[in-house]
Amino acid sequence: MANLKELSKQTKPLFTGGHRACAGCGAAIVARQVIMTAGPNTVVANATGCLEVVSTIFPYTAWNVPFVHSAFENAAASISGAESLYKAWVRKGKYNKKANFIAFGGDGGTYDIGLQSLSGAMERGHNILYVCYNNEAYMNTGVQRSGATPKGADTSTAPVGKVRKGKEQYRKDLTEIMVAHKIPYVAQSVVGNWRDLTSKVEKALAIEGPKFINVFQPCRLGWSYEPEMTCEMGRMAADTCAWPLYEVVNGQYKITYKPKEKKPIAEWLKLQGRFRHLFRPENKPLLDDIQAVTDKNWEDLLRKESCAAPVAQTKLA
Amino acid sequence: MAKSNIVARTGNEAMAEAMRQINPDVVAAYPITPATEIVQIFAGYVADGIVDTEFVPVESEHSAMSACIGSSAAGGRTMTGTSSQGLALMAEMLYIAAGLRLPIVLADVNRALSSPINIHCDHSDTMMVKDAGWVQIFSENAQEAYDNMIQAVRIAESSKLPVVVTTDGFIISHGMERIEILDDKAVKDFVGEYKPENYLLNFDRPITAGALDLTDYYFEHKRQQIEAIKDSKKVILDVAGDFAAKFGRSYGLFEKYRMEDAEVALVAMGSTAGTAKVTVDALREKGVKAGLIKPRVFRPFPKEELADALKGVKAIAVMDRSDSMNAQEGPLCLEIKAALYDKGISKTVLNYVYGLGGREIRLDEIEAVFNDLAAAIKGSKKPAVTYLGVRE
Repeated sequence: MANLKELSKQTKPLFTGGHRACAGCGAAIVARQVIMTAGPNTVVANATGCLEVVSTIFPYTAWNVPFVHSAFENAAASISGAESLYKAWVRKGKYNKKANFIAFGGDGGTYDIGLQSLSGAMERGHNILYVCYNNEAYMNTGVQRSGATPKGADTSTAPVGKVRKGKEQYRKDLTEIMVAHKIPYVAQSVVGNWRDLTSKVEKALAIEGPKFINVFQPCRLGWSYEPEMTCEMGRMAADTCAWPLYEVVNGQYKITYKPKEKKPIAEWLKLQGRFRHLFRPENKPLLDDIQAVTDKNWEDLLRKESCAAPVAQTKLA
Repeated sequence: MAKSNIVARTGNEAMAEAMRQINPDVVAAYPITPATEIVQIFAGYVADGIVDTEFVPVESEHSAMSACIGSSAAGGRTMTGTSSQGLALMAEMLYIAAGLRLPIVLADVNRALSSPINIHCDHSDTMMVKDAGWVQIFSENAQEAYDNMIQAVRIAESSKLPVVVTTDGFIISHGMERIEILDDKAVKDFVGEYKPENYLLNFDRPITAGALDLTDYYFEHKRQQIEAIKDSKKVILDVAGDFAAKFGRSYGLFEKYRMEDAEVALVAMGSTAGTAKVTVDALREKGVKAGLIKPRVFRPFPKEELADALKGVKAIAVMDRSDSMNAQEGPLCLEIKAALYDKGISKTVLNYVYGLGGREIRLDEIEAVFNDLAAAIKGSKKPAVTYLGVRE
């Protein structure tokens, strides 16, 4: 595995500074760490969203690797097209370089509007890595709820009002949906634990077939916290098990980070403006419910880890 | 003259045959009636190793065009096929393919748009995306569909614009015809090898495709695209010229049929033009100076050329196999009228909206249209738009 020292030797950044991301933006950190791990022979497809908008304002680009953006809901389909061409060219003897194919999408482009194209590409078995930078709402359009937004969060389309308490539903478990596709590699990682993310990217890219990494990405604007706290917010999400770090390799679960002492989720929630209302006395039952569901999800994950991988896990590609 | 074969093929088979001979790098497609066969036959070629194309059986037409964009941006010769709702679902991506200046070739089998759902021919689907920035080529029959597909590859790659070649659902797509297939090598030589200038798989020169243009660049990039579609007229004619020189079949921006001394003219696209030719011949036998204009290229619209071709006639009937829902006229008629106006040509122009949802168009109906024109010349008042063959 590449270490920090080695990675820092890259003289020409593949995802450069000078882009227009907010101070403390986690998405830019995800892009930089993923691309520096993947290396220069990488084709990137990006869904419409924060990352695309801040990194490619014409005539500038932050990408020193080949990059394509076409629409919001189709990053997986786009990268599958590029990867298919690669296969055709290799077969025709027109091309002999190694190449990685990586798609980036936010939770909007991945959990919601892009779910169909993601599912299709994963089922078809392309040799691609899809990285979701999951900041738990549609941040690019101004913090609207998404299928990834957690229960109780204040967003502009599920706002806290006189009678409503933010989003009323729990988020969908996209990582599990990807596991259900029986692809060879699925993982959750987080901004703030570079070793976890880069080693997962490295591992994923070494595997033939479709791979998916759901990277939890604190958003200082949408979550409302101080910009210098981004990495800390990510680490706390892992420490409270709000966002467990794990991987599923050919059906076998492995938790890659187990907090020595699982912290109460309130410690993480209270640092974020989007959960401020949860700490009003009348919202105590909601806060308790969030803690109970977090505990249950963590226990489920521990149980899954203890199970042997299904014998007949289909290895794709 | 290259050697060729006479075979019996449906329109769909003819288009698939052209795709086999073109042997593109990537085909990404989703089935839809009546275009399904094109990609189905092609998938068979892939399965049998007859082509070395990578076939991507996507989960929707939106993803079909998205994968085509990924492949084409990566540097590959890329094709797909669809119809109707499929083309509608692609619409977002059609604009993007054109804006990214990607030379994708699409075989579209014209079919009505829902609602009500209908699987039969009209031109609503192609007309819906007429402003998407694609070169649009209509075919009268399976032979033209085959020839147009082969020419489309070169038109697309020379003009850096995507090209859609259309046939008429069931009428052409499923009708068996006698067509002349070119020699495999002749097609291979004609389309040549695609050499993209900038492409994703060139790691020595990484590009960013699909950047965000704000108010300072968007207009300039669109202006370039507008110029490209204007310039494509010459590209289409050059490719047609080369095709005619090599294979003997001539194509232009439109076909003039018995127009030399015509007094009454019909303008019709697609398979109806074939039907109209029979009527024109019959009327000529009776001494009626009837003629036909068959636009082949709807985008770019050959405005000056069409106006010149129509300037000698006394009255014109424009046949629209779709309606613009503008409480006015069909899309073809509007464009013809605009073309005439800009040349200062004032004529009687009657619009006939016909054949929606696959409603048959008969010889006697086309003859009645010519009779309307004859009556209009003599001063009889006719409605600006007639809905032909509908019960009302």
